[in-house]
Amino acid sequence: MANYNLRINGNDYNVDVEDDTPLLWVLRDHIGLVGTKYSCGIAQCGACTVHVNGEAAFSCTLPVSSIGSDEITTIEGLSSEGDHPVQKAWDEVDTAQCGYCQAGQIMTAAAFLRKNPKPTMEEIENAMNRNLCRCGTYHKIREAVALAAKLK
Amino acid sequence: MANLTKTNRRDFLKIAATASGGLFIGFYWSGCDSPKMKVLTNEEVLLNAHNFNSYLTISPTGEVVIYSPNPELGQNIITSFPMVVAEELDADWKKVRVFQANLDTEKYDRQLTGGSGAMPHSWERLRKAGATARHLLIAAAATKMNVDASTLSTSNGEVIHKESGKKIGYGELVADASKLTAPEEVALKDPKDFKIIGTPVKNVENKAMFTGQPLYGLDFYREGMLHAMIQRPPFGMKIKSVDDAAARAISGVTDVVTFKNNVAVVGKSTWPLMKAKKLLKIEYEPDGVVESTFDHDRLFAELLNGKTAEVKRKDGDVDAAFKNAAQVITSEYQCPFLSHSPMEPQNFFAHVQGDKVELVGPTQTPDRARNDTAQLLGIPPENITVQITRLGGGFGRRLRADFVTEAAELSKMMNAPIKLTWSREDDMTGGAYRPAVRYRFQAALDESGNMIGYKLRGVGINAGNSTRENNFPSGAVENVLIESVDHKSAITTNAWRAPITNFLAYAEQSFLDEVALAAKKDPVQFRLDLLAKAKASPVGELQYDVDRMIGVIKMAAEKSNWGKDANVMQGFSVYFSHRSYVAQVANIEMENNQPVLKKIVAATDCGIVVNPTGANHQVRGGIVDGMGHAMYGNLTFENGLPKQKNFDTYRLIRMKEVPEIDVHYVQNGIDPTGLGEPALPPTGGAVANAIFKATGRRLRSQPFIEQKEFSDIKLQIKRA
Repeated sequence: MANYNLRINGNDYNVDVEDDTPLLWVLRDHIGLVGTKYSCGIAQCGACTVHVNGEAAFSCTLPVSSIGSDEITTIEGLSSEGDHPVQKAWDEVDTAQCGYCQAGQIMTAAAFLRKNPKPTMEEIENAMNRNLCRCGTYHKIREAVALAAKLK
Repeated sequence: MANLTKTNRRDFLKIAATASGGLFIGFYWSGCDSPKMKVLTNEEVLLNAHNFNSYLTISPTGEVVIYSPNPELGQNIITSFPMVVAEELDADWKKVRVFQANLDTEKYDRQLTGGSGAMPHSWERLRKAGATARHLLIAAAATKMNVDASTLSTSNGEVIHKESGKKIGYGELVADASKLTAPEEVALKDPKDFKIIGTPVKNVENKAMFTGQPLYGLDFYREGMLHAMIQRPPFGMKIKSVDDAAARAISGVTDVVTFKNNVAVVGKSTWPLMKAKKLLKIEYEPDGVVESTFDHDRLFAELLNGKTAEVKRKDGDVDAAFKNAAQVITSEYQCPFLSHSPMEPQNFFAHVQGDKVELVGPTQTPDRARNDTAQLLGIPPENITVQITRLGGGFGRRLRADFVTEAAELSKMMNAPIKLTWSREDDMTGGAYRPAVRYRFQAALDESGNMIGYKLRGVGINAGNSTRENNFPSGAVENVLIESVDHKSAITTNAWRAPITNFLAYAEQSFLDEVALAAKKDPVQFRLDLLAKAKASPVGELQYDVDRMIGVIKMAAEKSNWGKDANVMQGFSVYFSHRSYVAQVANIEMENNQPVLKKIVAATDCGIVVNPTGANHQVRGGIVDGMGHAMYGNLTFENGLPKQKNFDTYRLIRMKEVPEIDVHYVQNGIDPTGLGEPALPPTGGAVANAIFKATGRRLRSQPFIEQKEFSDIKLQIKRA
């Protein structure tokens, strides 16, 4: 066990966990931020996507020991009122079916749009292809990312 | 450190679980738009609220609380059920809050999610729930205004007296109205007067989902609970010995227990259990027949040619028809096992205390969760409560309660509240799959190309009846023989979205494409001719409505410009399942000599479309699901163990692999039927038939990408 100070959503957290504990489980089991989802655990599906210093990252394979002073943002911290342009677009397009993958989708989209504010559809698809949606909401996700780019 | 926060787990507990019947979910997104307006908490709304029936409670402030009994797994029932109640109530949708009801078999019938059956089952009940409350509110208003009830109307949460222009909000009337006796019979609206039904009402859980609120079973937390994970045996094997020393040595693991052929690791958080489970040294030995995919291929050949089969349907004289045929077409189609793989792996919370049990989690069948637990523990079902969380997908896997009884058994053994989590690998190797099936179809054609005989034998591994003997083309052919053979295996199977038809439809619709080609007929006209016969002189029992089937075929042909553009290679498919009708056309265009799938057009008849957004989701989602699994899905076995254990080897369809999908609906005003499943079955056939048209390659097995006929085809997907 080791003690880690983590900077998450602008707050400081102190956790006692094993070095190899993935950030995903630190968030879910030790801090109680359960918006970040577990699905595959091997960086294949994107349900666990968070931002590390603004970049989208799979938290399921990111050991807590590698985080250091990096700034972590989770779905809970993307905006204070749920009014980030990507979240608003997701609501406007009514994107979800079961919704389980959508927090990860939103985090991937938000990081992508920060770097590429005026993307083409092809660029959107290339960016979003890393996130699986088992319900098949891909058409809506495309639409929502494109709308979010306009809302900015 | 400026801002050191130690999380208080209780903060998010408040959101996750409530004392008074169900999860609170009706988050007020509109509250963000008008921060000055005070938004009442759910507790404030429920305080002094008056109950009208199992579905409906109205507060004196005018907030309408609607309970949605059925588990929500993405089919959007949690939005569409309340829409139906609110419609007949003439409620102001902005004042509606929706709560997921707990299991309550006294209040609700059929509190389950499966078979696309919720809407057809509850349509009238929900309408009556809203309409009777509206009737009582009008009666209370009539007394209050001292006018005749017949002079009153309702709109947007108010009772209106047109003559005087007076209006009274529902909130002011609920105290009086809830004391009145509900009428036995109540008039329902004419569908043409619907204001909420038929409009794209947004999912009521959007805000909770898109801000990461705890909603799903895996998000549930209880102070003092222990986590558990289980190592289950390969199919057909039993434990010979367990060495758990290395697992126990992992920090955070509090116990390792063996029960019923399972080894459970228990601890205070999830990650140590994932590590510990990998360190278990378990030796297994055969406990019956241990099978591999190789054995199944041999079995299929044996059973297809075997003498014994269960006859499911026999019309006319099949032997004579085939003997007299000008042409006989024979073809075989095969599908593999599939995993359901919902994005949220199986999990459940159980707390056994003496003869009382609390269950919380994602289940499609809360009643089964309760009954199976009652049976396991030998206690009465009424001692068990079941709180239904949102489900991160289900696809039929959560119709089972194996993960519930595991949690309950562990809770009893550990004498502690247990949160059981399946890893993705557990989910994929834990059984209850879509069964593998092989079909042999045979058609007899006369000299004019009419189908005078039709034979189908289905052979499945734990598939039960792998045919749907009274579905099309039965009823349209004079001489029919439909048989099923089931092989019992240790590999467990279960309903998988559109059970049996998820594959049968592809096989049958591909085969009918082959028959139409042999008969030198256009595939659409070929089906219409058969249906004309089924209408004019039906043979035996038909479980489908011929006119509705014709309706979707014609609509799909029209909307896809069927046969109008020689550069577009089209594949047709139509299927009736779960009370709804869906026809699909896949459009392929050749670019640089390779096929490019551009679009799938779908025509659906599900009667009244309750929520067009939800309906489009189900149709598109069904098509994406159908196409993804037809293209890529494959679960194979070696010595009783699946070879694919996670999404690196078990391939699911991704965004860049889906074509444009055009969705159309037949408008006929018929009471609504379900849509969770019916759009999936036709897709594989439409895509395979288009691939054949474009390349001459007939794909008779799934997944397509593993077929040798497909090996040199580079199917591209392009969206507009």
